[in-house]
Amino acid sequence: MRQLWAAVMLMGIYSFLGASWMLILDAPDVAFTEAAVGAGISTFLALAALALTTRKAKGPVHRPLLPLAVVLITGAALAYGTLDMPHFGDPNAPAQRYPEPSYIERTESEIEVPNVVTAVLASYRGYDTLGETVVIFTAGLGVLLLLGRGRYRRRKKEGEGPREISEIDGGGHV
Amino acid sequence: MTSLTILRVVAKLLVPLILLFALYVQFHGDYGPGGGFQAGVIFGAGFILYGLIFGLEAVRRVVRRRLTEILIALGVLIYAGTGVATMLWGGNFLEYAAFNEHHPSHGQHIGILVIELGVGMTVAAVIISIFFTFAGRDRTP
Repeated sequence: MRQLWAAVMLMGIYSFLGASWMLILDAPDVAFTEAAVGAGISTFLALAALALTTRKAKGPVHRPLLPLAVVLITGAALAYGTLDMPHFGDPNAPAQRYPEPSYIERTESEIEVPNVVTAVLASYRGYDTLGETVVIFTAGLGVLLLLGRGRYRRRKKEGEGPREISEIDGGGHV
Repeated sequence: MTSLTILRVVAKLLVPLILLFALYVQFHGDYGPGGGFQAGVIFGAGFILYGLIFGLEAVRRVVRRRLTEILIALGVLIYAGTGVATMLWGGNFLEYAAFNEHHPSHGQHIGILVIELGVGMTVAAVIISIFFTFAGRDRTP
């Protein structure tokens, strides 16, 4: 598929399917995140990248046999890896046993919050969440430092407004 | 930009609901699914939708660039500051129970609410800020 716009749309659809899958697995908060980040913000960022570069991919530089072999071998390795995984919903699966179930028991008396996920994330694992917030902070800082400055300079020099993102459309006529 | 009537009307209807839902996810995180990260992402996505339909300048009038830059840092400061505050109250770093000696769980509630606010602030501001940065760039020659 050479049309990058269609590839971006397919990626968004895949993310929405992933979100619905998470909802089926009773993880609505992960589904929120997947729908908003995967389908919404990633799609927008990919579209913005298309607006800055080009909407058609270049032809492949080598024959398709090597990529096909890599994909098949990786896929076979992943499929082989699933054989070791516990069955879905197995109460003895590591995911069900660690971290200790005592968090679930203790949350009721110690924190008195019905949502155990929030209790673990915000209280028992408060350090980790602080670290994650700093990671997001650093990501934003990096984007601002790498991309934020050039825009000001260019706009000042040419004296024109930024390009509207809504100019991007699938028809190929901008 | 002229013939997007349906998109404009739908976006105008949806954006307030998205922002309201984000606030619900933010402050109802103790009871329902979600929390600061999800709320921040949804909040940012609401602004991005507004920007996609009505143009970058329209969002810039609502959220100043300077404001997002301040909020990015403020969120992290609120989170880390809560940890320092618990130490001043006589507990360990991020031990919210120290906020209320008689009812440790009330202290936990306060702590969780405040740090989730910090997380949501940083996430929403980072996402809006990345949107500004990417959408505001010209095509490089």
